[in-house]
Amino acid sequence: MRRYVIRRLGLAALTLAGMVVVVFLVTHILPGNPALVQAGGYANAHTLQEIEQQMGLNRSLAAQFGSYLGNIAGGSLGTSYTTGNTVAHDLLTRLPATAELAVAGTILATIVGVPLGVAAGLREGSVTDWAGRIAAVIGTSIPLYWLGLVLIVIFYAKLHIAPAPTGEINAFAATPPAYTHSLILDSLLSGDWSAFFDASRHLALPAITLAIVETAPILKITRSATAEVAGSDYVRTARAYGLSRWEILKNDILRNAATRVLTALGIVFGFLLGGSILVESIYDWPGVGLYAWNAVTTADYNAIQGYTLMVGVIYVLLNLAVDLLYALVDPRIRFGPAGTGPGRRPRPAWPGRRVISPPPIERR
Amino acid sequence: MDLTDVGISADRRDDAAPASSPSRSARLRGELKRHPSLAVGGVLATVVVIGAVAGHIAPPHDPLAVNPGLALAPPGPGHWFGTDQFGRDVFSRVVYGIGTDVVIGLVVAALAFAVGSMVGLVSGYLGGWADDVVMRVVDIVMSFPPFLLALAIAVVLGDTVRNVIIGVTIAYVPFIVRLTRSGVLTARGADYVLGARAVGALRSRVMTLHVLPNAMGPALVQATLMAGWAILDVSGLSFLGVGIQPPSPELGVQVAQGAPYITGGQWWISVFPGAAIILAVLAFNFLGDYADDKLRGQGW
Repeated sequence: MRRYVIRRLGLAALTLAGMVVVVFLVTHILPGNPALVQAGGYANAHTLQEIEQQMGLNRSLAAQFGSYLGNIAGGSLGTSYTTGNTVAHDLLTRLPATAELAVAGTILATIVGVPLGVAAGLREGSVTDWAGRIAAVIGTSIPLYWLGLVLIVIFYAKLHIAPAPTGEINAFAATPPAYTHSLILDSLLSGDWSAFFDASRHLALPAITLAIVETAPILKITRSATAEVAGSDYVRTARAYGLSRWEILKNDILRNAATRVLTALGIVFGFLLGGSILVESIYDWPGVGLYAWNAVTTADYNAIQGYTLMVGVIYVLLNLAVDLLYALVDPRIRFGPAGTGPGRRPRPAWPGRRVISPPPIERR
Repeated sequence: MDLTDVGISADRRDDAAPASSPSRSARLRGELKRHPSLAVGGVLATVVVIGAVAGHIAPPHDPLAVNPGLALAPPGPGHWFGTDQFGRDVFSRVVYGIGTDVVIGLVVAALAFAVGSMVGLVSGYLGGWADDVVMRVVDIVMSFPPFLLALAIAVVLGDTVRNVIIGVTIAYVPFIVRLTRSGVLTARGADYVLGARAVGALRSRVMTLHVLPNAMGPALVQATLMAGWAILDVSGLSFLGVGIQPPSPELGVQVAQGAPYITGGQWWISVFPGAAIILAVLAFNFLGDYADDKLRGQGW
């Protein structure tokens, strides 16, 4: 176990280091000029030079890489040109709003996706299975931003049920003190019920938007995990013993499929922690996604860099955690050769992407 | 003599045509019946292609013609999908824009496949430290969400269609590399490869004629699905204002242009272009679904 953990930690550290380099390459080596974007197309050579100097772009690449590393090591991720704060501060104060959305979306998607996936997996080829399959294909074909707009049309503009898509709470409402920067939690902590209800109403549409798209991968993973377990030898044995269907489902199938479903949920949730730029920009949701979008439109390079790094790091750390948990549960992983054991964890895809899993490698 | 044929026929299971093959149309009908995905995908693709071609040759109205007197007209007989804030015909813009998006999607998928399969082939066949390095890089790049990586690259390179295509392609290549490589690892140990090497075939010949054709199946399926991803990602980028710019009748641009009118109840400017995106992406997803079925003979 210890050898596996060390190897896995080393791999994660290597990947994280690689990500730091990749982000630098993308923002500094690619033949774009951030200063030009910042200055606008009509800036004269002198202004351009000034801005380049301000942004430190006239220094050597090595010097730029040095200060980039310094910003990461110092934990500030540099200063945002638009807010004047450090990027790390900006991201941390906005992350709770994004987390709120991610939690709500994941809960909704789980409530719908897991039971449907179990039903589809138990009866392959049935009507439920087909319905689930079609729903999954449609779920991966809908543009997130369009779905958000359609929900606004239906529930705000036509039915007048939902509040205007203006962020977490009514623009003129008094907000509770920011203990956690999550409005739902803050209003609960301060016992401000009107703020709580207002915040919940604002949360509904963006959470549903995310949930509709998120349901597809959860449904798919639950279905394949259930089908795999349902077809296993031990379930056949349990049947042969004459155990009731419900007992087999409860004790054998669900319990064994749960690990895979739970880890998949973790990864999907981690993805949403990165904040959906598209959903947050539509609902004006003040999370990290909206911050990233503002950074894109104002060419705020440090903010874009910091945000990209944060998302990648969350993903790598989540995968690391999941791998270690898996190894704890499944000895085939910790004793097998790197990444080839029969229990190798399938890499969950980014939500909304159907990734073909490679056929098992037969070494001859 | 071509040893590849042996390898392929050994891998195919369910769909080998019987010796006395029925007529072509009968076979097609049987295939459609066994694989509803093919039928649905085929119909959707046909609709999209006909719409796109007609939209380019003979749109009912000029997709760029501004007509302030007719601004924000709801859907009706003269303008089936209504008009936008500049009085432009939404239907003409949608059928024109769907062609743009589908072509970009195909270009991205083809580029990602071409680059990714070559890298995966060389890396998997040669092995060694180069393979290790390639796989490390692939892992690192895949740790970023594809949309975000494409966004960052496109923003840095500047707002042009070409740069968006480059950004999205870079984000997709690793997926193809991984799939091709694992196919290559299996194929390179096969008897037909050994045979080809035994008769003295050049390494390049073995790689391109014997290994690659047997290794690229999953990557091809992935590339089909990627055309759909690319449509979603490229239109998403232009929705955010990155890449394709107004007044170009691209679908994501159109959804963005209608967004400010959504809360006022003027839904048609955004909703129809988005529905067109769904149709196009669904076509690729169903076709990819079918290809996956054929390749592996299993469900979803």
